[in-house]
Amino acid sequence: MEIVMSIVIGIVFAISVYLLLSRNLIRVILGTLTISHGVHLLLITMSELQRGAPPLLNIGEENFTDPLPQALVLTAIVIAFGVTSMLLVMGYRTYKEHNTEDLDQLRGSADE
Amino acid sequence: MNNIIILPIIIPFIVGALLIIFAKHHKLQRVISGLTSIILLLFAIYLAVLVYMDGIIVLEAGDWPAPFGIVLVADMFATLMLLLTAILAIACLFFAFKTITPKRERFYFYPFYFFLLVGVNGAFLTGDIFNLFVFFEVLLLASYGLIVHGGTKYQLRESFKYVIINVFTSALFVVAVAWLYSVTGTLNMAHLSERVAELEQTGVVNTIAMMLFIVFATKGALFPLYFWLPKSYFGPPAAIAALFGGLLTKVGIYAIIRVFTLIFYHDAGYTHKTIITIAAGFTMLLGVLGAVSQFDFKRILSYHIISQVGYMVMGLGIFTPLAVAGAIYYIAHHMIVKTALFLFEGATKRVTGVSDLKQMGGLLKTHPWLAWLFFITAISLAGIPPFSGFFSKFPIILAGFQEGQYVIAGVALLVGLLTLFSMMKIFSYVFWGKQKHTEEQANIKIGKLLAPIAPLVALTIILGLAAEPMFQYSLEVAEQIMDPQIYVDSVLKE
Repeated sequence: MEIVMSIVIGIVFAISVYLLLSRNLIRVILGTLTISHGVHLLLITMSELQRGAPPLLNIGEENFTDPLPQALVLTAIVIAFGVTSMLLVMGYRTYKEHNTEDLDQLRGSADE
Repeated sequence: MNNIIILPIIIPFIVGALLIIFAKHHKLQRVISGLTSIILLLFAIYLAVLVYMDGIIVLEAGDWPAPFGIVLVADMFATLMLLLTAILAIACLFFAFKTITPKRERFYFYPFYFFLLVGVNGAFLTGDIFNLFVFFEVLLLASYGLIVHGGTKYQLRESFKYVIINVFTSALFVVAVAWLYSVTGTLNMAHLSERVAELEQTGVVNTIAMMLFIVFATKGALFPLYFWLPKSYFGPPAAIAALFGGLLTKVGIYAIIRVFTLIFYHDAGYTHKTIITIAAGFTMLLGVLGAVSQFDFKRILSYHIISQVGYMVMGLGIFTPLAVAGAIYYIAHHMIVKTALFLFEGATKRVTGVSDLKQMGGLLKTHPWLAWLFFITAISLAGIPPFSGFFSKFPIILAGFQEGQYVIAGVALLVGLLTLFSMMKIFSYVFWGKQKHTEEQANIKIGKLLAPIAPLVALTIILGLAAEPMFQYSLEVAEQIMDPQIYVDSVLKE
């Protein structure tokens, strides 16, 4: 199961790198969104995907899931949510001020 | 009693939240934020003295024993950084009172300011690597708010890149944390230190160490990941640029020093003496070359942040107590001097209205105080005795020669020379020569703007003249962080 998840995470990362390197403002923001998804999946996968009893309730069972990564991933999701909403607002303002969403035109020149 | 070390995080948090309610009342906002910054400074001094006398203070949140609960750890290094943060915060805040326009004040300038301090103080105090990530995010979100604050065209364009870079590296940070958890099964830094020692840092552990190095190097603007810094720090007003220039990159450097002295110190020949030292050398050299080629006051200062971050990391790369003590001394010197220089830029801009060197001149005649205070700070930055710059570079370079790292020590000396050159370029363009500003501008009084900067200039003189006790203190800090067992024992209580 971990192998399948690793491949999936690899694909998600590849997509997000592709999006991050594109010239469109919205695509770049979507790239940050997908990369955070990839990271969250990785965080869950890295602690081994267990099938077994819920944690803490049945102490003494053989297989139980590790609760810590789930707490971590919850925190990370909330942070990613906040950052993404901030980025969307900022991207929108940038678009309004500059009248373009092409990052090539947002490069800025050396002599300003 | 241990609970008090959470106060540097809680106080700015509550005050920041309160200030959102009073966003429309200028006077009240200023009074509250001014008082809070003074309280934070007094408390930081108290905490530094307390930790110096009694040793490391550990707070286990909710009484869950480490490594299961979340810990906050105040050791000498952390309290020194807290103290420096409080000093910078107070100087920039009082400068902001005089320079930030009421329109900007109304749009939650002060809440962002205090939330930034929450993140910075938290990053210094935390003893848990995932919490380090969380506090990094807190300070980054506040910094996104501050860097676009005002929403000019230039700010929006450059800040967008700043935000994207930081979001991407934060993702890498979580990746590194995930790997670390999968290999060691813990996230408590003291516990990590023990587990990594058992694993004998090789192979995959080194990979994780380098991943964390890349993350912190991007936040701290190290070669080759510094490209975002000069442009994005050019946008915001002087008070914010000064706070960022003095504080934010140093949080990244703090994290590098913390992680590479506490956890990943077993393979120093590879991580410290090769990778970190090479990165430091290129950072110093390329940063200062960037500064030499620029003709803009603020951009020169921004490039100097990069070159000086190199010195701190070089101290870590040489990795002897003398070098690390030098690096810590240098951090203290740099934070104070760099903030002062950025604030001088703001004061100069108040008079001339521009930051392009070629459009300024002759300020020495009309504003002598500004000129001479700037001169002291500038030569302190370049490392001329008797100011703090000389005494903080000296141990780093001395340790470089002692350890036989001649190339990096030579680079550091060359960079010092080029720093002097570019600071003198600013001085001769801005303060000497023919007066290029109008008579009306010449009569602008800037005494009120210089008042918050003067204490910083005084501090660089004091740090230079009192080099002996200050260096002893840095050496004690260095010895404490170079012996991870002290940290581990006080957190895990074995």
